[in-house]
Amino acid sequence: MTRAEPDPSPTGAPGSTDAAARRPSAPAPAAREAVDLAYREEWTRIVATLIRATRDWDLAEDAAADAFVRAAERWPVEGVPDNPGAWLTTVARNRALDVLRRRGVELDKVREWMVMDEMRGPGAPTDPADLAAAANEIDDRLRLVFTCAHPALPLEARVALTLRTVGGLETPEIARAFLVPEATMAQRLVRAKRKIRNAGIPYRVPEGDELRRRLNGVLAVLMLVHNEGYLASSGDRLLRLDLQEEAIRLARLVVDLMPDEAEAAGLLALLLLQHARSTARVDASGDLVPLDEQDRTRWNAAETADGLAVLDRLDAGGSDAAGPTASDAAGPYRLQAEIQREHARAAHADDTDWPAIVRRYDALLEITPSPVVELNRAVAVGLAGDPRAGLDELDRLAASGALDRYHLLPAAQADLLRRLGRTDAAAERLRQSIALAPTEPERRFLERRLAELDGGTAAGPDAG
Amino acid sequence: MRYVMFVATDPEPDRSGDDGIPVEQWVDENDARGTRLEGQRLQPVRDATLVRVRNGETIVTDGPFTESKEWIAGFDILECRDLDEAIEVASRHPMARGGRIELRPFWNGEEDE
Repeated sequence: MTRAEPDPSPTGAPGSTDAAARRPSAPAPAAREAVDLAYREEWTRIVATLIRATRDWDLAEDAAADAFVRAAERWPVEGVPDNPGAWLTTVARNRALDVLRRRGVELDKVREWMVMDEMRGPGAPTDPADLAAAANEIDDRLRLVFTCAHPALPLEARVALTLRTVGGLETPEIARAFLVPEATMAQRLVRAKRKIRNAGIPYRVPEGDELRRRLNGVLAVLMLVHNEGYLASSGDRLLRLDLQEEAIRLARLVVDLMPDEAEAAGLLALLLLQHARSTARVDASGDLVPLDEQDRTRWNAAETADGLAVLDRLDAGGSDAAGPTASDAAGPYRLQAEIQREHARAAHADDTDWPAIVRRYDALLEITPSPVVELNRAVAVGLAGDPRAGLDELDRLAASGALDRYHLLPAAQADLLRRLGRTDAAAERLRQSIALAPTEPERRFLERRLAELDGGTAAGPDAG
Repeated sequence: MRYVMFVATDPEPDRSGDDGIPVEQWVDENDARGTRLEGQRLQPVRDATLVRVRNGETIVTDGPFTESKEWIAGFDILECRDLDEAIEVASRHPMARGGRIELRPFWNGEEDE
């Protein structure tokens, strides 16, 4: 977001380097922090409410952004208000009303919506009657999440719009994260908002069977945000942490809003458990460190615990079989999170319960059969103590041709061949894998593996 | 909102064996509900004629806009609350299984910049 620029200091000597030091120092940083905090906590709700009231996405975003700019200007001077959310909501609402009035829009209906929001207030209701009313009320943020992920929008627009409107990221930030020119990203967002208006995409949370289907679409968008941050599809930079953190923040929001949806919680757990390893996944020289070689003490303990707790809650909820859906078999996100849980539980790579992981892949194959899942299952079989059986499955997959261009298939074959002592065949597969590797860090990693093979039992480079 | 619902063939129809409801039932349901204003099945593209005027001359040729494996077999005009309702209506049409359907909103009078 845009922060207020420091006032040009009239007394500042030419070339002064300490203009900032002369500004009132005590309240300003605290106020700036309060603005940043409010931005993270209140942006989505303010925008979501304004969209419902005005049906104008651009106006809602502009009015909300304007409120935060004013907060950045005024809070350092006037102090942080007691209820920052209410302050921001009022300023944003008045701004939107001003713009609409200047456009000559009939304001009665809009104002009616806004007054209702005002009465409900931005914080949690305290009156029991209000609490009951709030429980029946669909959170506007949820409408926003579902509308941004509507299947009638192109997939890349769903991702961009979710980050911009739900996540509050600025267009240039999103453009940088996806390595596209700013103008391209801006155009993508404009087109998406135009289609929402012109094609009649509703601002609502779907119901019945449609809800489950569309929720999967929402979760898929969050997974894409995460994957984009996890592994750049091309180029040199391996980790883009901001997008992963953003995906976690958005998943947390969806879980808060839909606490009974096991797959939403499953996705959150999956993202947390993967993100916990991000510092251990890359070494000091920017090279990739595979799971079995990672220093597990460098995993983020708090995030791991957080992810495990989400899964524990799911396990506890499933056993009391309260609702008709409580006994549903675990969905794909939860199963993937449970696989990550096995890794999180193992203090050393050698302690991993591979048979448990094979069972999760079996379940995953039943609901979402795919060659990549088959590949991962075969690797798990190989590591569960039967490299020959794992290799047979990989060879079958290779013969099927389904993963012809996928570099991790020959890499997996190479790993099991190495374990079986068939060094020459392993080297051949690694060379195939290197030729197919899509990113520079992955290529370097595979080349290191190849060098280790050629050097017999020689230790790897000093990647420590 | 009003949508034109183009009903097209598809070289890869649904093969699940579930044919859905007959088209007559779909028409009756949506006429009763007010979500279908009108509609027609069309003659096949072999009976289509293209018309262009270039430099004052009217050029008439045989055939549809483009040769393709999918062709428009009919249309309906829908009156729906929003796109989700139009999608729900379209998804119950038997040709959503036997072919494919395109929903196009009526022009809203605004030129895209």
